Amino acid sequence: MEGLPILSLMMCVPLAGAAACLFSGANAARWIALGATLVTFALGVVLWANYEIGGPQWQFTERAAMFAGFSWALGIDGIALLLIMLSVFLMPICILASWDAIHKRVGEYMAAFLFMEVLMIGTFAAQDLFLFYVFFEAGLIPMYLIIGVWGGDNRIYASYKFFLYTLLGSVLMLIAMFWMVAEAGTSDIPTLMQYGFPASAQTWLWLAFFASFAVKVPMWPLHTWLPDAHVQAPTAGSVILAGVLLKLGGYGFIRFSLPMFPEASAQLAWLVWLLSMVAVVYTSLVALVQADMKKLIAYSSVAHMAIVTVGLFAFNVQGLEGAMIVMLSHGLVSGALFLCVGVIYDRLHTREIARYGGLAINMPYYALFFLLFTMASIGLPGTSGFVGEFLSLAGIYQASSTVALVSTTGIILGAAYMLYLYRRVAFGGQTHADAAAMPDIGPREWIMMAPIAAAVLWMGVYPESFLAPMRGDIAVLDARLAAAAPASDARLAPGTPRAEAANALHHHNAEHSAAGEGAH
Amino acid sequence: MDFAPSFALVLPELLLSFSGLVLLLVAAWGGDKAGRQIAIAASAALFVAGLLIVPGLHFGTEGPESLAFGGLFKVDSFALFAKALIYLAAIAALMIAPAFFASPSAGTERAMRAEYPVLILFSSVGMGLMVSASDFMSLYLGLELTSLTSYVLAAILRRDTRSGEAGLKYFVLGALASGILLYGMSLLYGFTGGTGFAAVRAGLTGEMGTGALFGVVFVLSGLAFKISAVPFHMWTPDVYEGAPTPVTAFFSTAPKVAAVVLTARVAFEVFGGQVAAWQQIVMFMALASIIFGALGAIGQENLKRLLAYSSINNIGFILLGLAVANTQGASAMLIYLFIYVAMSIGSFAALLMLRAEDGSLYETFADIRGLSVTRPAIAWALLIFMFSLAGIPPLLGFYSKFVVFQATIEAGLVAFGAIAIAASVIGAFYYIKFVKVMFFDEPAGVVTGKSGPAHWVLLGLAALIVSPLGYFLTPSLAALADKAAASLFLAV
Repeated sequence: MEGLPILSLMMCVPLAGAAACLFSGANAARWIALGATLVTFALGVVLWANYEIGGPQWQFTERAAMFAGFSWALGIDGIALLLIMLSVFLMPICILASWDAIHKRVGEYMAAFLFMEVLMIGTFAAQDLFLFYVFFEAGLIPMYLIIGVWGGDNRIYASYKFFLYTLLGSVLMLIAMFWMVAEAGTSDIPTLMQYGFPASAQTWLWLAFFASFAVKVPMWPLHTWLPDAHVQAPTAGSVILAGVLLKLGGYGFIRFSLPMFPEASAQLAWLVWLLSMVAVVYTSLVALVQADMKKLIAYSSVAHMAIVTVGLFAFNVQGLEGAMIVMLSHGLVSGALFLCVGVIYDRLHTREIARYGGLAINMPYYALFFLLFTMASIGLPGTSGFVGEFLSLAGIYQASSTVALVSTTGIILGAAYMLYLYRRVAFGGQTHADAAAMPDIGPREWIMMAPIAAAVLWMGVYPESFLAPMRGDIAVLDARLAAAAPASDARLAPGTPRAEAANALHHHNAEHSAAGEGAH
Repeated sequence: MDFAPSFALVLPELLLSFSGLVLLLVAAWGGDKAGRQIAIAASAALFVAGLLIVPGLHFGTEGPESLAFGGLFKVDSFALFAKALIYLAAIAALMIAPAFFASPSAGTERAMRAEYPVLILFSSVGMGLMVSASDFMSLYLGLELTSLTSYVLAAILRRDTRSGEAGLKYFVLGALASGILLYGMSLLYGFTGGTGFAAVRAGLTGEMGTGALFGVVFVLSGLAFKISAVPFHMWTPDVYEGAPTPVTAFFSTAPKVAAVVLTARVAFEVFGGQVAAWQQIVMFMALASIIFGALGAIGQENLKRLLAYSSINNIGFILLGLAVANTQGASAMLIYLFIYVAMSIGSFAALLMLRAEDGSLYETFADIRGLSVTRPAIAWALLIFMFSLAGIPPLLGFYSKFVVFQATIEAGLVAFGAIAIAASVIGAFYYIKFVKVMFFDEPAGVVTGKSGPAHWVLLGLAALIVSPLGYFLTPSLAALADKAAASLFLAV
């Protein structure tokens, strides 16, 4: 694949598809969108297959000085690779989820989604600070339209809230970016990741970036836009929002805040820990009392993303790896849960939990998938959720046992609200005749659910496939953070040293069990 | 004195004045029936004048060879950049006019008055003088030529009370501003003993007396009136709403460019030695314009009025570049002006396309509800312009904010930049309201009329420039703006 600008190509395909959709009829637009996203996914598979694990940190780099002020610089490391894979994997599923649910202005809808895909790939692949900002911020336009045009009853309020919240967070980051580029003399992200900004400036810069990413993640108390946006957005919009857009915040922390401002990150880690602890407990309790399914899952997203931030700010390999896996897992699982809601919403046009019941009787396959994703959300061993949450919590335990203690309650509360939801929807008697008459999932819905289920199990049983590409990058980041990492209150007693580092690349299985033992 | 080089430098102005006089005669005998032909001839004259400045713009002119008539005029790259924009905006104002004046919205006359293109031509001459003035006398000549033609243009629909009111308000307040400016100029003359920019600058060295300081403040206030910066903005919404829409489009582009460029030249060439004296004033005006421009727009129902507030808001961002007081800031200002002109022309062209079956125009939010269903092309173009005005990437409006804020931060004005950029979010609120009304609301279905090719061409061109494709223009645009800004500072 030498010389082929595959990242640019991956962005051109959906862009061309978007342009075509805008001028086509409803049915043609659906097929064009599906085709474009599948081709992009195929290119993503090629990208992953050609990604050299243990090779140079930045691969598939492209550079062209096309614009004044910033350049078209693309390139990925393992972290970006996995998040790009998540985006291109979820996209065809989103198109399928909207197949019948969207009737009005289908061409424009599909164009907005494809444009969104271009921007997501661009955000993860950008290697120029300003190019990143362009892609990061541009996502507001299609998402504003998706929520506003195709959303629920209260869509206008939700779309305004989403737009203005996110915009206010981001513009402060832009100011910080200007300062950094003026200071360092380059807008090249890999260079900036190694640049030592003065410690006094780091605090301000960190806070400016935090304003943007904390809204995006979202962290308590800046999360209030999320339930509104999720509930009002169409199903596929929620999937993309939960699956990928929230990850932009986590990606921002791991790509910018941590490596560029390590001292400030360590200094302000207490803030992240505090907000995450509140989020885990508070939003889990809020989720417990929701009567609307989408709102419940939206609040659970806030709680799960808090586990991500906790893992990121653990300043060790387990925490960082765990945070990444939680992000991938949450992208799949919450996306799938929104799809599950969408499936029954399409049939009964209500998201009210009390209107359902006993679906396991008339929709057994649906109940099966729903159960799998519920368990993955709880973090049952064997599913992706377990791997991520376990590693994150193991990581934070080494940094602060108090934070670990509080965060772990999230798992228990998570089990409570998810099982309670599942019991009310799938078990019990069939109290409503119309709910009892709903048919089981059809072939299109099988095609949507099955790949996600497979990926969730794969990540749960053999996470090495997902850990391997990013191991080198996490090690580099860990080394950068090592000097600044805050003192731990729960440092583990050193045992007999291993022959090799935990993040050595060969003999995977032995390494794996070792990581498990180390976290006791 | 050999006048040949001087005449060569002002060739575009000579051409425009001459064509203006000839077309005035044609108008006198041909009457309003000849209006369209006169407009075409005037556009051609502007186009040729534009071609005349291309070599100077491309190769750059600066230093002594850019001075004409013994230092009264200075035709440097900075002036040429502004002139190019002014001519383009004037051509656009001529292109969109005939269809408007033929519609019922133009009142009972229903025909373009033949004076309209002639007035635009003379106004362009005045603006050309403004941007290349390097003496307070030539500055005032250019400014008044522009202002007087503008007053008449605002009131050109003689039987329409709103148009008359706009003209009268503009005249009274404009005259006041000119008076303030003149007073400031006379103070400066009294304290420095000269009217040439270089002479006044030489007299303003060292500690400034109270009288001279008053002069500086009065001159800047007079100019702030012309660019409608807060706190001298109050005439703008009324005039914009009352004036015929093509005239509003013209007001929000060409005279804005001329006045901003003139303000920059005065600030740097005359008061360049006393930056500390005016920097705070400009910083205040910039912040106040951004905030009041955004807040004032929120409750508006009339789209022209809203765009008036939007132009106040944009002037604030342009003044950020001036407040930085260095080459980078001046260059950023010029880039912003170019993109602002493209966005404004596009928005007004779109506004002029909101027509009923009989051709009358719509201009409130209620009329454009659900426009994306009934007229998707216009709605998508307006969406591009509004997101661009809000500064959302990947549209070109982001680039204009990008260069201005980059200049601000690199000059060390971090807190100032942070406040300004946070205030820009207020502005986003009403820009996205546009999109909300067009895309989210149920169709009102009143916009059914067809538009002529001139509108579509302008709309398409502006949308193309503002779309992400416009980023491919940025290297050449930045190079030109840098050259122009450098020529401004060379004189210092």
